[in-house]
Amino acid sequence: MRCGNLRVRTRDRIQAVSGISRARLRSPREIANAVSSSRRTFLREATGAAAAGALLSVAPRRAWAAPRGRKAVVVTFGGGARDEETFMPDGQENIPNLLTALIPRATFFSQMVNRGILGHYVATASLATGAYETFNNFAAVPPDRPTVFEYFRKDLKRPAGDAWVVAPSNGFNRIGESGNRAYGRGWGAGVILPKRLLAAALSSSEGAAYEHLLRDNYETPLYAPELGGSQVELHQMAEVLRLSVADFAAHARVLASPDELSVYIARHLMRQLAPSLLWITLHDIDIAHSGTYSLYLEAIQRTDRLCGEIWNNIQSEPEYANKTNLFILPDFGRDSDDDAGGNGFQHHRTGDPLSRTTWMMAMGPGVRENIVVERPAEPTDLVPTLGAILGFDARLSQGKPLREVL
Amino acid sequence: MQPRDLKASQFASYPAQARELAAGRVALLQQLPLGFLPLLLREIIVYDWKFPPERSDLDHQLAYLESRSPAERRQLLANFERLRLSPELESYDWVNEPGQFSERLTTHLWATLQIDAFRTAAIDYVRTVNAAAPPAPLAMPRLSIVVLGKDVAENKYKLFRKLRPYGVYFNRVRPENGLRVLLDAVTARAQAHPSPYRHWYIDGGSEEPVSSAGLVRFSYDSLSAARGTLQEKMQKTFQSGIGPEAFRTMLARMRPAELGLGDAPDAVLSRFQVSVLTEGSGTQIFSTTFVQWAAREAFRRAQPLTLLLRFAPRQRARPMNELLAETQRKPELDPQGSLIDADMGSYYTWLNQQRLAGMETSSFLVWFENHDEALAIGPSLARATESSSPVDLEHLVKQVS
Repeated sequence: MRCGNLRVRTRDRIQAVSGISRARLRSPREIANAVSSSRRTFLREATGAAAAGALLSVAPRRAWAAPRGRKAVVVTFGGGARDEETFMPDGQENIPNLLTALIPRATFFSQMVNRGILGHYVATASLATGAYETFNNFAAVPPDRPTVFEYFRKDLKRPAGDAWVVAPSNGFNRIGESGNRAYGRGWGAGVILPKRLLAAALSSSEGAAYEHLLRDNYETPLYAPELGGSQVELHQMAEVLRLSVADFAAHARVLASPDELSVYIARHLMRQLAPSLLWITLHDIDIAHSGTYSLYLEAIQRTDRLCGEIWNNIQSEPEYANKTNLFILPDFGRDSDDDAGGNGFQHHRTGDPLSRTTWMMAMGPGVRENIVVERPAEPTDLVPTLGAILGFDARLSQGKPLREVL
Repeated sequence: MQPRDLKASQFASYPAQARELAAGRVALLQQLPLGFLPLLLREIIVYDWKFPPERSDLDHQLAYLESRSPAERRQLLANFERLRLSPELESYDWVNEPGQFSERLTTHLWATLQIDAFRTAAIDYVRTVNAAAPPAPLAMPRLSIVVLGKDVAENKYKLFRKLRPYGVYFNRVRPENGLRVLLDAVTARAQAHPSPYRHWYIDGGSEEPVSSAGLVRFSYDSLSAARGTLQEKMQKTFQSGIGPEAFRTMLARMRPAELGLGDAPDAVLSRFQVSVLTEGSGTQIFSTTFVQWAAREAFRRAQPLTLLLRFAPRQRARPMNELLAETQRKPELDPQGSLIDADMGSYYTWLNQQRLAGMETSSFLVWFENHDEALAIGPSLARATESSSPVDLEHLVKQVS
């Protein structure tokens, strides 16, 4: 296997040349410290940090045959959480599940550098296509390049019900299917927007009163684009999820946030349809745009808990247990306290290194546990990595498969 | 239109002082690149409502650009010149709508992945221009005082966690009459060194009575009518179905009179208040965000010598299940969440103060209202230390003055 100018044969050898540090650490806290230390070093040397990655510029590729029964769940969250509120010492109290339950079972990429537009829909679309999309973040338009769902379904001849997206309502209704001629219409994922369903599930008089529930774009608080995609409508929900409208609305009344509703729907999907590719986009953390630090912290804590629940759900569902890879990553970071052009945690407008840098964890079969990867990678690498695991070719993506999890 | 085609008559719609400033420098403006000039005009067009330090900075910037030779100016602005702009931007009315041009330029720079190049160009430019003008000595060392935690009975959140490395943490503060002591201290500073917009008091609830006429002061409650009007306008604009760009333009064009502030005696201050409400995300809804953002903008624009902030409880963000169970209920307050917001807000206030000239002599005091915790930072105070000696607010004010 060629790897740049080096011939490497074993994973240990790869670690030796690529700067991967085998995390033989005693506690999750020490792992977190290693992660944040690595990030700080990166941020200090942001402009010259690609050297280690260059060694891995040519990555191995698995054969295009999908391992039988292999599944993948991707969890992204819009409105990234900063190191200060997560992996730094003061922030570790906010992420007990990530620290103690997930990271020890994961390969953890400590430097995912997003070089694209730092707007949530366009950035999430870029994650899904493996290429930096450049459309208007606030427009309900499909991505230009094929999405991971189209590659997956077309290459592997998978039926429509085998790829699903659960996402917030603003704009994300178009994320399941691109405008690309070679893929596009008919090859995408089913899209469920739980808050839209909830609004529809309420009576018309109630619906008006709950209009604010549809707000999930905290940066432009009153804007929610018109729908135009192929998201699941209310009347389809009962059929698809075998979940009555009444049960759905009743359950929503005991949940604290829209993200909890999304995870509730995702659980139903996993149980009823068991899709091989499931993409869940959480969004509560973006409350940070309102400038309320305590609500931002609460959202991080909730997201941490939900990530733990999703992993536990994967392990407890027979259709998923021991054959599912889970990827968790924020779409990007938030502004640094040190940048006078921003206002710290509130926004992601400066484009500074901290707002562009986040992390990703990968778990499941074939992925080594307790590993911290220090070299920079990019979120566009996710789709080709999924391709290598599931057996499709993300031929129009800009990223490269992450060899550390293959 | 390109900058070289600019004429003095095109500034006819600018306010009086801005018009005079721009028209008198047409020869210079004609030589600036399109990726830069509208951003300068965005500042010039609001010259009439700028605070004294902002005017001084803009005057200096223009004088500096005029003092450079054409070759030096080209070199200084070369990175702006290299930005690739679209035909739509080139044909936009950037003379009369530089703010809207700026919004579109930002979108274009992100979409064409040029935002990092722009960011580098802007940082280098500001650094060069600032280096050419050593800051004038301050009339007195800067002092910020933050009061937080109103109505919090009991707290388990570790306060001042980000500030402790920089000062002394006091855990036996005698709280009696504390707020009055702080208000009096601020008033005394305003009287000792009277100067327009140099001494500020911003309250997240309602203003406490203060006597000094030299103090800029306003509160979240004092702007409640303006906030209500603004929220109504925002809601109507949203319901009209326009997109986010038009929504932002509507906010950017908002004038004091439209929010019922047209008769305010101080046009500069009322413009500032409108900008806090229209440019600050969350300032219309959460009082803690309002106070933090107003302080940030006051530091950035007016560069006060004295700033007293008092955070008050904001309305509680209700979880989804509560919203579903009960839609019509008077907003409740969240003192504990507000305390955490304000704790971070106090850290940001200190950071913003330290970005200004005179940082080596400036001081900072934050107090948990009606409780025994405080933290003080100043040139004569040790860093990362703790004091368990009984102390009152009067003594702490002396230590940071």
